Amino acid sequence: MGPYIIRRLLYMVVVLLFVTAITFLIFFVLPTADPAALRAGRSPTPETLAAIREQLGLDKPLPVQFWLYLKALVLHFDFGNSFVNNVDVRSLIFDRLPNTLFLIVGAAILWFIGGVTIGTISAVKRGTVLDRAAMGTALVAISAPVYWFGLVSLYLFASDIGRFPVFPGSGAYQDAHGFFAKIPTLILPWIVLAAAFAAVYARLTRSNLLEVMSEDYVRTARAKGLTERRVVVRHGLRAAITPVVTVLGLDLGILVGGAILTESVFGIPGIGRLSFDAIQRGDLVTVQGCTLFLAFAVVFMNLVVDILYAFLDPRVRY
Amino acid sequence: MALLEVRDLKVHFDTEDGTVHALDGISYTVDAGQVLGIVGESGSGKSVSSLTIMGLTRSRNARISGEVLFDGRDLIAASDADLRKLRGDDIAMIFQDPLSSLHPFYRIGTQLVEAVRAHRDVSKAKAMDRAVEMLGLVGIPEPRRRVDAYPHEFSGGMRQRVMIAMALINDPKLLIADEPTTALDVTVQAQILELIDRLRTELDTAIVMITHDLGVVAEVTDDIAVMYAGRIVEYADKETIFANPEHPYTWGLLRSIPRLDLPRDEPLVPIQGRPPSLILKPAGCSFHPRCPYVRAAHKRIDPQLVATAEGGRHSVACLLPPPTRQALWAELQQGATPDGALERVDVPEEAVDVEAAEAGTVVEETEPAKVKEDTEAAR
Repeated sequence: MGPYIIRRLLYMVVVLLFVTAITFLIFFVLPTADPAALRAGRSPTPETLAAIREQLGLDKPLPVQFWLYLKALVLHFDFGNSFVNNVDVRSLIFDRLPNTLFLIVGAAILWFIGGVTIGTISAVKRGTVLDRAAMGTALVAISAPVYWFGLVSLYLFASDIGRFPVFPGSGAYQDAHGFFAKIPTLILPWIVLAAAFAAVYARLTRSNLLEVMSEDYVRTARAKGLTERRVVVRHGLRAAITPVVTVLGLDLGILVGGAILTESVFGIPGIGRLSFDAIQRGDLVTVQGCTLFLAFAVVFMNLVVDILYAFLDPRVRY
Repeated sequence: MALLEVRDLKVHFDTEDGTVHALDGISYTVDAGQVLGIVGESGSGKSVSSLTIMGLTRSRNARISGEVLFDGRDLIAASDADLRKLRGDDIAMIFQDPLSSLHPFYRIGTQLVEAVRAHRDVSKAKAMDRAVEMLGLVGIPEPRRRVDAYPHEFSGGMRQRVMIAMALINDPKLLIADEPTTALDVTVQAQILELIDRLRTELDTAIVMITHDLGVVAEVTDDIAVMYAGRIVEYADKETIFANPEHPYTWGLLRSIPRLDLPRDEPLVPIQGRPPSLILKPAGCSFHPRCPYVRAAHKRIDPQLVATAEGGRHSVACLLPPPTRQALWAELQQGATPDGALERVDVPEEAVDVEAAEAGTVVEETEPAKVKEDTEAAR
């Protein structure tokens, strides 16, 4: 296992290097918006622009710029400074990371437990009204766009504009202080973010479990005289859930980079909101930082999933 | 009283394509310590019969009738919970493919312990001791160490030994072995059969051995039931089945296995054709489309299993008159082909074993062409 992890870590470095190079190229070469012009304010003199260029290092050749960027990134985990408001991008990201984590971990718990439970019941009661209703609902949840579902849920349940004012509405998260005070403000965002995922997980669990339940070893479990519940949970679900856990890891990796829609609809200052705002302002360094952070999260979660798999399935050895 | 008595067991499955007549009324008995071999091709219903005894064919689309008396209790009428208590305790089962029959994610010891604790209220440590004891009994070296291994760390033969240990761990009165050696290579097959035979003598367990391989039943069984298309077509003790079989299907099975006591250039004769569809069974005798000795009446009359004249446990479901059957078998034993045998033995056109026919039901003659059209239309 040790050599495998080292190999994977090296591979991860190569992937990240590529991602860095590509984002660097995209954001510094392609856009027409000149960072220096954005920085300089209205109708700057050519001298001011040149000064800013020099100050930001924009006058250096591209490979040199890339090398400097890379050096800062590797040595100091420094994503550079935002050209727009001269703030350290690293602190921008890490300030918002807890909010994103709070949102996605809560939602993940909700959708994993909910999805797997619904999927299991659906598989066990295959073909019944219950199964059809669950899978029909899942289809709706998958098809509904998050922003639409988010707005509808606000319209129905938010305490300020809702028809049934039950839960705190948009923006409440920022106003609440302290871990426990923030929990109620996240109930709606959690449900909205979890809904689509729960539906996907329910369908995945259902189809996996149906396949596993026709395996020979499940027949063996029945022949042993185990209770049906034990057959389904200990023998069926145990095997069916492994691929679901894999997908969970990858989904979390992507979401760490920001749940843009959910964060925007509910006014949660997370990483998704940060990149959204940065894109709107043309704040290239921040966009690049967020992109790199997302890439890092995805690659890292891939590694975690692969290692986890070896624990979940004893047949897998690296 | 017999340990297991199956009476007129029928299992039909309703499917979208029609009703599958997996079992069409089979009856047999097994006494304590006795070994019954059930032989037949794929789709003859041999596995369904055993799974039904265990209650494992129960489902919304299954229609099960008849009686399965185990120790005097009717298992067909028993509740799911009662059946569950019997499974793995008094009745145990081993399956065809040991590679896929053990759960890949759990250690061998865990799976054995689970089998014990499903039926006995004992501590995990006690159950583990029992698991180690059973693994030793079935010939797994270093059982104390091997209980911590995963199934994929065992060879196929060793996994089947583990399956046998798991099946016998609660001292069952009846063991159902569904093709226990089919997935194993020949030398391992012999070892497993020897093991089953040894355990039977040691533990006095009755065994129902299901197989498509007459060579396997020749090793270990007392009686043999030959199944075809959901019915038993011939039943006798082992010696009779091999020496004086009376059903053309049994002849076909016997002639399709290689034998050491025949010349090496003796060709193996496969049975022509394929097993019939269990949805649209042939009218009359189910075997008639593949039978070389078929006569017109056999396509109308459905033969029933009746005892042969020589007595004993031998019974056959065949419409050929007994003297004709014996004469044909004598010719086949001389090495004649079915056609050659027909040249020398006179089978009159309306030849019908009156006894088998009287017990049987006469069906209206279906136009063969029409049946064919129907099948093609159904496709």
